[in-house]
Formats: sequence, structure tokens, C-alpha cells
Amino acid sequence: MTRIFISRDSTALSLGANQVAEALQQAADSKGLDVELVRNGSRGLFWLEPMIEVETAQGRVAYGPVQSQDVVELVEAGMLEGKEHALFLGDIEALPYFKDQSRLTFARVGITDPVSLDDYLAHEGYRGLKNALNMSAQDIVQQVTDSGLRGRGGAAFPTGIKWNTVLNAPAEQKYIVCNADEGDSGTFSDRMVMEGDPFVLIEGMTIAGLAVGATQGYIYLRVEYPHANVALNEAIANAYANGYLGDDILGSGKAFHLEVRLGAGAYICGEETSLLESLEGKRGLVRFKPPLPAIIGLFGKPTVVNNVVSLASVPIILDKGGDYYRDYGIGRSRGTLPLQLAGNIKYPGLFEAAFGLTLREILYDYGGGSASGRPIRAVQVGGPLGAYVPESQFDTPLDYEAFSAISAVVGHGGIVVHDDTVDMAAMARYAMEFCVEESCGKCTPCRIGSIRGVEVIDRIVKGIQKEQNTVLLEDLCDTMVNGSLCAMGGMTPYPVLSALKHFPEDFGLDKAVDAA
Amino acid sequence: MQEYHLQKSVVAKILAEHEGMPGNLLPILHGIQDSLGYIPQEAVADIAEALNQSIAEIHGVISFYHYFRQTPPGKNTIRICRAESCQAMNSQALQEHAKKQLDIDWHQTSSDGEFSLEPVYCLGNCACSPAITINNEVYGRVTPERFDELIASQRGAAE
Ligand SMILES: Cc1cc2nc3c(=O)[nH]c(=O)nc-3n(C[C@H](O)[C@H](O)[C@H](O)COP(=O)(O)O)c2cc1C
Ligand code: SF4
Ligand code: FES
Repeated sequence: MTRIFISRDSTALSLGANQVAEALQQAADSKGLDVELVRNGSRGLFWLEPMIEVETAQGRVAYGPVQSQDVVELVEAGMLEGKEHALFLGDIEALPYFKDQSRLTFARVGITDPVSLDDYLAHEGYRGLKNALNMSAQDIVQQVTDSGLRGRGGAAFPTGIKWNTVLNAPAEQKYIVCNADEGDSGTFSDRMVMEGDPFVLIEGMTIAGLAVGATQGYIYLRVEYPHANVALNEAIANAYANGYLGDDILGSGKAFHLEVRLGAGAYICGEETSLLESLEGKRGLVRFKPPLPAIIGLFGKPTVVNNVVSLASVPIILDKGGDYYRDYGIGRSRGTLPLQLAGNIKYPGLFEAAFGLTLREILYDYGGGSASGRPIRAVQVGGPLGAYVPESQFDTPLDYEAFSAISAVVGHGGIVVHDDTVDMAAMARYAMEFCVEESCGKCTPCRIGSIRGVEVIDRIVKGIQKEQNTVLLEDLCDTMVNGSLCAMGGMTPYPVLSALKHFPEDFGLDKAVDAA
Repeated sequence: MQEYHLQKSVVAKILAEHEGMPGNLLPILHGIQDSLGYIPQEAVADIAEALNQSIAEIHGVISFYHYFRQTPPGKNTIRICRAESCQAMNSQALQEHAKKQLDIDWHQTSSDGEFSLEPVYCLGNCACSPAITINNEVYGRVTPERFDELIASQRGAAE
């Protein structure tokens, strides 16, 4: 019997992976070939999807990108024996894009059957949990603190410190909430974890529960991710059925329960307090802080709110130790980040690397330059609230502090590439428009300021009192930065001001105005 | 539009299924929209009563979330991504093309009742922008030509 892998990842599906899988099954049935078709996650090399990987005597070999009409020919050419063909890619792990990565969090994504507990266990799964079950809560938190892990959802707050706060908050009930709202454009790492290795998230959340004394977890998943919803629920059911979730985890007497809850298309519900309101069944209005969710969170109880990738990075830390994880990275940015390359880029995809690569290396060595073949002009890092970075800053290393030094953010690690046809005034306008659309409406600078922002940008572009309106726009941005309750209003000025600063000509301004 | 007395039992069943669940309002609203395609005005009163909240509160929640709708959708719902990565790959042109082909604007349903058009801000398919979904299927690298093919095959499937 030959094992064959075709991805069930959304992006692979969006390119026809299901049709390829059907064609393969048909070809196998009609020829009486003994194959086992595994629907895995994606390796993250999306320009090669849909991809078929075949387990051969020489190891796994890949073919791609495959369309359903190619399948019969591939089988005739000896695909099941790993023979040569125009679409033959060989060992995916030997390709430069793959082999130069440090796959810690994504170690299994694209390799295993995402919902098979046996496969997870066969690939070092649940070793972190087994260690954690023999440790004190304090020691678990200490390992996470030692790892240097900082929240991968945007704000980069040290995870160990957050957990410690919840651990020390006395309460009869505590919660672990996974922020799976992933609303940022250009980000899909959370989705790929949930679709490609849901057990690693479940394990991470279970460990978090042991660490802080929480017995109930919720995954707040955006409704735009139906395939992640299916994969998570399949994996959760398997974990319950085998004693990895429930009242008595692996006979330890410790309990942890887990449930998926769907959002409803509101970007602001990715903000942690808004998310909690939404989970409680209310409008997603941002709460004032303090109190922190760590003290008064979901249903008024101490709550850990962490991003998917943050939580999915915990199992390897508990398996191999905090030091092991901390040894990757630079400065105060420790460990690895799954980088997501999107937009106008030749080799779009996800690769996991230690902090410290420069943007230029990411864009050209991995990304291969723009998809259009035109010069790359601006890249937005860290989602719709992230700054636009011009060519002159492409040598900045990926590191939270280095980015902050150029008034940019690493955020969630999403990188959206624009070539030289981009109109940066239009992108700045869009940033304001997005804030109009997605503001929770609680505070004035964000709710009204964004509407005014769109108007002012329109006036500048039309050439109406350009200089005065530019000053007005900067002033307005200043008010939003300083007067907003959360980063929605507080960071919308990042893309706007960076566009204005680095690309004034798109606003009909000359460089001299930018110095003002 | 359907008469509410036909829908009422569906709503009642969903309310009963979620009784006592902490933070159950969103799951209830999802349940109703999944079953009926939208959340009928009359259902709001039933939800309010079951949750012991005011009609205004329930209405406030429904209107806060882009995903929930209070009018019936077309047979197929098309969502087109308007976010940055898709913009970088020409989603603007795709959006305009779609509106022209279907002869509708955002949040509207084509006159034959086949297609509703909704904007969406990222589908997590940014590596293959521009992205759209038709019902629950996601499609990547959608050109205007591909869009027309997808629409045509969807019409065919509905017949
Ligand atoms: C407007 C806004 C949207 C956000 N969206 C997300 C999101 O989609 N996913 C996420 O993990 N964090 C998001 N965050 C950050 C969360 O508020 C919070 O910092 C994070 O979930 C904490 O988890 P971490 O420490 O593991 O990153 C958002 C913040 C803001 C202000
Ligand atoms: S900044 Fe905007 S999104 Fe944040 S609390 Fe204020 S109004 Fe709401
Ligand atoms: S920006 Fe369109 S799918 Fe992400």
C-alpha cells in the first residue's frame, strides 16, 4: 500500500486540491492500485499547491502544482514509485525555501494527518503535556518565562508574565481563551496551525490550563475559517475520546475542557477585551483596562487570552525546555516566527524562521521578488494597522525592537507586498476606511476621527489646500494615537503616516512637505 | 419571504438546545442563520424572551456583527475579499467586475435571486490573492474570467 498526501488546507482547496484528490482516488480505483490517501495540512509553499506527496522507498517525494487533469498522466508516469515527471519536485524538505527554516511550532504541519491522534503521537505529540503533568504549576510557567516567548498575536507581551498573573489570581474558576480571530490581511499562520495540526493548539491550551489552574478553554474562531472549525472539532473529539481532554486527563485527576466558539465577522473582536465581550454574547465593545483580563476576564474570572501561535508554541517548550526555544532568535525577540508572505510576491507562503532575518532576505531570498516582476515598492508588515515599509528600510532585521525603532510593527508576522503600481494615497485612505468600517464605536478619536481622516485624505489628493490639510491629517493622526482606547484607533495612523512620510508624491506632495 | 410561524419551531429548537450555555447568544444567532439563512425580525423577540434580555439588546448584537443578516440571502452568497493583500493582486478590478456582472452593489441580491454579494476583510487565503468564497467554498487567484466561470457553473448547479 502506498501512502499519498494531498492537503486539506484552505489555500490548497482554493486552488483545487479536492478535485485532485478525487481524480487520484478514481485513478487508483479504476486501476486497482492500493493507495491510502491522507489529507494533510500544507507545507506552506503555496505556489506549488495543489501538491501530491508520495511515500516511496526513498522517502517522501512531491509533485506540484497538480491539476486534476494531470493525475492520470502522473500515475502512468510512475508517480507511485516516485518516478520523474515535469511536475516532479523531489523531497520538499530539501528545497531551499523549506530546508533553511526552523520549524518548531510548525514541525508537523503538512506532514501528519491533522486529525489523527495516532499520527500526532507518532510525531512527538503530547510529550510537552506529559512533562507538564509531572510538574508544578509554577515550574510550567517558569519554563514558558524562560523560553522568552512573547505573544504572537500582535502586542508581543511576554507570555510567561501573563500566565504568572493568572496563576496568582485566586479564583474558583479560571479560563484559557485562544484568540483565533486572525483578522489581519496577509496573515494565515493561525489558520494553518488549526487546519494542519490542531492537536498542537489543543495540547498548548491544556498545558496553559495546568499552568494557571484553568479547567475550561474556549477557542474564539473567526467565522471566515470554516475548514479550521471542522478540523478543530474533529481533533477535539478525538482528544476527548482518548482521555487527552475531559475530567481526568491521562489519569492525572486534572480536568480541562475545550470548546470552539465562532465569531461573526468583526475585526475588532480580535482585540482581547472585545473578544471576551463577544464570547459573553454581547456586542464586541472594547473594555477599559485595567482591570486586565488576567485578573477580571471572561465572565469576570481570571483569564489567559493568547493567540493561536503563542499557545501552539508551548508544547515544544515543555517538551524540549525553555532554553531550547530561547536559543533561537536575536535580542529580546526569542524563538521563531511563522512568516507569512502574501500580496504581490512570486513565492507566497509560510515559512518559520528564527527572528533576525532582514526584510530584504525574506522578500527576495524566500519570496523571489514581486509576482508581477516589477520592483517592490512598499510592504505592509503586521496587518492593516502596521506601517508601510519602503525599500530604504528593507535591511531592518525582523525583531520587535528593530521594527519599533523605525515606527513599524512585526505584529503577527504577515507581510503584504505591493509593487510599484500601488497608489499609496489610496492605501492610506483604505486604512482610514477600514477603521470606519471596523471601529467598535466606543471612543470618539477612532469612531469620528477615521471618518474625518478619509475626508482629509480625499482633499489632499484633490489638491484642495494641500499643505494645510496635510498638517490637519498629521494632527488628526496624533489625536487618534493619543486619544484612542485601543490599538484600532491608536494604530490606524501607522499605515497612514508611513504612507505620507515615505510616499508623499502619491498624495501630490513633494518631498519637501514631508520634512515639515 | 417565509411566514414566521413556519420558522418559529426551528428557532424554538435552537433556543432549547442552547439553554443554560454560558455566553450562548452568538451560538444561537449562528444556529438560526445556518438554518434559515438569516435572522428574521420576529425571531428577535423570541430570543430576547428566552435570554431574558430586551429586544433592543438582541438587535444591538445582531447589527454589530457584519456576518449576521436580517433579510433572506440569494441562493448563493458570494464574498469578495477587499483587504490589502487582495488589493495588491487586483481585487479592485475583480470587485467592480463582479458588481457589473451581477448588476448589484454590496449587500444586495441579484434580481433573479441567485446571488448575494458581501464584502469580506481577509479570508486567510492571502497567499493566493485575490480570494473569494461562494457559500462555503474558497477560491484563490480569481480573475474576472475565472469569476464568470464560477458564476456560470453555480447557476448550472442550481438548475
Ligand atoms: C484591533 C485589534 C485586533 C486584534 N486582532 C487580533 C487577532 O486577530 N488575533 C490575535 O491573536 N490578537 C489580536 N489582537 C491582539 C489581542 O488584543 C491580544 O494582544 C492577543 O490576543 C494576546 O495574545 P498573545 O499575547 O498571545 O499575542 C488584536 C488587537 C487589536 C487592538
Ligand atoms: S479605539 Fe476604536 S475600536 Fe478601540 S475602543 Fe476606541 S472606538 Fe473602539
Ligand atoms: S487579504 Fe484577501 S484573503 Fe487575506
